[in-house]
Amino acid sequence: MSVIFVLIGVSVLVAGGFLGAFLWAVKSGQFEDKYTPSVRILFDDDKKEEKKNKS
Amino acid sequence: MTKSKETNSAQEILCYHCGDICKDDSIYKEEKFFCCQSCRLVYEILDENGLCKYYELDEKPGITPSVRSKTKYEFLEDEQVKRQVLNFSDGNTGTVTFLIPQMHCSSCIWLLENMHRLDEGITYSRVDYPQKKVNIKFLEEKTSLKKIAELLDSLGYEPSINLDSTEKKIKSDHLKKLYYKIGVAGFAAGNIMLLSFPEYLGLEKLSDPEFHKLFGYLNLFLSLPVFFYSSSEYYISAYKGLKNKIINIDFPLFLGILVLFIRSLYEIILQTGAGYMDSMAGLVFLLLVGKLFQSKTYESMNFERTYKSYFPLSVTLIKSGVETTIPLSKLKIGDRILVRNNEIIPVDSILFRGDGNIDYSFVTGESAPVQKVLGEIIFAGGRQTGSLIELEVIKNVSQSYLTQLWNNDPFSKEKESSLQTFSNVISKYFTLITLILAIVGAAYWMPQSFDIALNVFTAILIVTCPCALALAIPFTFGNLMRIFGRNNFYIKNTFVIEYLSRIKSIVFDKTGTLTQNKKSEISFNGRELNEEELSMVKSLTRQSTHPLSRKLFDFLSDSAVKQVDKYAELTGKGISGYIGKNFIKLGSEEFIAESINTQENLINDNASRVYLRINETICGYFSVSNAYREGLKETISELDKDYELHLLSGDNESERYFLKSFFKDPLQMYFKQSPENKLKYIKVLQNEGQNVLMVGDGLNDAGALKQSDVGISISEDVSNFSPACDGILESEKFSKLPDILKVSKQSISIIIISFALSFIYNLLVLVIAFQGLLKPIIAAILMPVSSISVVLFSILLSNYSAKRRGFK
Repeated sequence: MSVIFVLIGVSVLVAGGFLGAFLWAVKSGQFEDKYTPSVRILFDDDKKEEKKNKS
Repeated sequence: MTKSKETNSAQEILCYHCGDICKDDSIYKEEKFFCCQSCRLVYEILDENGLCKYYELDEKPGITPSVRSKTKYEFLEDEQVKRQVLNFSDGNTGTVTFLIPQMHCSSCIWLLENMHRLDEGITYSRVDYPQKKVNIKFLEEKTSLKKIAELLDSLGYEPSINLDSTEKKIKSDHLKKLYYKIGVAGFAAGNIMLLSFPEYLGLEKLSDPEFHKLFGYLNLFLSLPVFFYSSSEYYISAYKGLKNKIINIDFPLFLGILVLFIRSLYEIILQTGAGYMDSMAGLVFLLLVGKLFQSKTYESMNFERTYKSYFPLSVTLIKSGVETTIPLSKLKIGDRILVRNNEIIPVDSILFRGDGNIDYSFVTGESAPVQKVLGEIIFAGGRQTGSLIELEVIKNVSQSYLTQLWNNDPFSKEKESSLQTFSNVISKYFTLITLILAIVGAAYWMPQSFDIALNVFTAILIVTCPCALALAIPFTFGNLMRIFGRNNFYIKNTFVIEYLSRIKSIVFDKTGTLTQNKKSEISFNGRELNEEELSMVKSLTRQSTHPLSRKLFDFLSDSAVKQVDKYAELTGKGISGYIGKNFIKLGSEEFIAESINTQENLINDNASRVYLRINETICGYFSVSNAYREGLKETISELDKDYELHLLSGDNESERYFLKSFFKDPLQMYFKQSPENKLKYIKVLQNEGQNVLMVGDGLNDAGALKQSDVGISISEDVSNFSPACDGILESEKFSKLPDILKVSKQSISIIIISFALSFIYNLLVLVIAFQGLLKPIIAAILMPVSSISVVLFSILLSNYSAKRRGFK
C-alpha cells in the first residue's frame, strides 16, 4: 500500500507541472489576444507559395 | 483589351479595392476598376510589392484612404512627442504601438503583418486584432516614426495617436493576475477534491489511518495558496467597504471563506474531521471564473476619451516668419499658429489670415462647414477645410469654450460605481440575517455542548455564504453584456446594466442623435428641372468635395455625368462651371444672385439651401436638411410610456413644432443649449432624485454624458471617435433602445429569482447545519450544485429574456 504515497507524490508533481505551464502561458501573453493567432495560422508561408507558382 | 467588369445585379461596377460602387469605369488599372484615385494608388503600392494576396484573403478588404495634408504627421519628428509615442527605443531600434480603428478583416491583419515588405526599416509587426493595435519594431536608421505613420495612412489605415496610453496597460495586468489566481485556485480545487474522494465514498475507515493524515495535510498545503493568494481580492474589497462603512457583497464572502478555512484547519490539525478545504477551493475558483466572465471589455473601444484624444498632439507655431512644431501643451496666449486643411483647431483663437471654413461635426454632429471671416473668433474643436489659415491664440488650451467643460466636477472623479449597487443593498441584510441565525443556532446548543455550538455556528456561516448571489450577478450581467455587444450596443462594464434598470428619465440630444448625420432629406424648391438640367447639377457637384456637394451628388444618383469646363470653387460660397454652352452656378444665395431677397431669409427652417442658377435664370434651391432616424416616432412613443423624456438641443428652435408631434405630453424641450447648460440640466434632474439616461453623440454632449447616471453615445461608425460615455450604441440600432432598457430591468428580476433558487438550497442545508450534522460530503456536493445551477439558470434566463425582445 505504501506505493500509494509515492504515486500521490508523483500525481501532485505532474499536476504542478501543468499549473506551471499554465502560469507560464499567461505570463508570456498567450491570454492577451485570443483572436488574432487563430487567423494568423491560416496565412500561407510566402516562400512555399512562390515554389508552387513555379511548378 | 477586354474589360472584365465586376458587376452586381444593377450593372454597377464595384471598386476592386474597397468594394464601393464606382461612378463610372474611368479609373482602372490592369482590368481592375476603382472608385477613386486613392483606391487605385493603394492597389498600385500593393501590386508593386507583390502584396496582392491582400485581395485574396477577404472580399474587397480595402479602405479608401482619406485626403491628407503633407504635414499631418510632421509632429512625429518632434523629440518630445516621439518619446511619448514610442514604447521603447535604444537609438537603433524602436518599438511603437499604433491604434488602427479601421482594421476590420483578416486581410488587414495580413497586410499589417507584412509591412516589412513595404518599408525596409520595419523588422517586425504584430497585430492585436481585438484591440485593433499593431505593434511595430523598426530600425531608426532606415525609417522613422513619421514615415511609418504616413505609410499606414497611405494604405488607408490611419493610425490614431494619443498620449494617454498608459491606462490600458494597467487593465491588462489586472486581467493577467486574475488568470494566475484562477489557475492556482483551479489546480488546488481539483487536487483537493481528488484527495477527498476516500472521504466522499466513506472509505477512510477501511484504509490506513496514515493516509487519512497525509491527505489532510496535503489538502491543507494545497489550500494555502488559495486562501492567501487567490482570494486576496475579496479581503481587500471587504476591508475597503468596511472602511467606507459599507457592507459590500465581498464581506459575507470573506466571512464564509474565513470560517471555512479556520474550521477546516482546526479539524485537520486536531484530526477530528477532514475539513471543508474542497468546498473552499471550489468556491473561490467559481467566484473568480465569475469575475473573469464579468470582466469582458470591448478593448478596441475607448470609453474614457477627453478632448485630448480629439486634438492634435502638436501645433505649427509661426514666429517671425519661421515655422516650428511645438507640443500643444506649450502653446501660450498670443502665439500665432498655422492650421492646414483637415487639421483640428486646438484652441480658441482669432482668425488672422486665410479663409476659415470650419467643420464642427466633431462638436455638434452637424457636418456643414461654418464660414469664418478675418477677426472672427474660432472655437476649438472645429476642423478647417480648404486652405491654410493663420490664427492668433486667445485662450489656454484647457480654458477654451469647449475644453473648459472638462474642468467640471464630473470629469475629475470617477462615477462611484460600487456604492449603491443592488448587491450591496442585499448583502447588508444578508450578512445581518446570517449572523443572527448563526448566533441563535450557537445559543441553542450552548447549554448542551460548547463543541456542538461552535460546530453549528461555523456550519451556518459556511452554508449561507452568498456564493449564489455573488455568481448570479456577474453571470447575468456578463451574459447580457455579450448579447448587447452582438447587437451593436457596447457597454463599458456590467454595472451599466444595473444603472439602466433604474433609469427614470431620458434626455436626448437632437443633432446626430435623433437626426442622422449621413443621410439627409433633399428637396428642390423652384421650377421643375428636366433630366438634362439634373445631370448638369450632378456633373458639377462631382467636382467638389464639399459635404453639401457630396449629398447632392448622392441624391441625383440616376442622372448621367457630363464633362465640366472651367470649374471653379469659391470656398464657403459655391461652385461654378460650364457644361457645354451652359454656365451653371451652385451655392449660397449671395453667390448666385446679385441682390439678396431678404424677405425669404426670414424663414428659417434649419435646412441648408443650395441655390441653382443656369445661365441667367435662378431656378430655385435645393433644401438639404438632416433626416430623422427611421422608426423614431415608434421608439419615442414606446419610451414615453415608462419614462420622462427631455430634449436638449444646441440648435435653434426651428424644429420645435415638428418635434412636438413626435413626443407626447410631458416633454421638456430646450433649445440653444451650450455644452455646459446640458451638464447643469442633468445635474438639476439628478438633484430632484431622478436617475438620468443621456443619449447624445457629439463632444458638446460630453459633459452631460459624463454627469448622467448612464451616458449612451450614438455612433454611426463604432470605430470612430465618440466622447466619454458608458455605452456606445450603433445608430442603426437606435430603435432598440426601449428593448435594451426593458431587458436591463428584467435582469434584476432574473437575479432575484436566481437568488430565491439558491435560497431553497440554503434552507435545506441550513436545517442540517442547525442540527450540527453538516458533513463535508454534504457541503462538497450541495455547494457546487447550488452554485452551478444558479450560473446555468441565470445564463439561460437572461438569454431567453433577451431573445424575446428580439436580440440575437
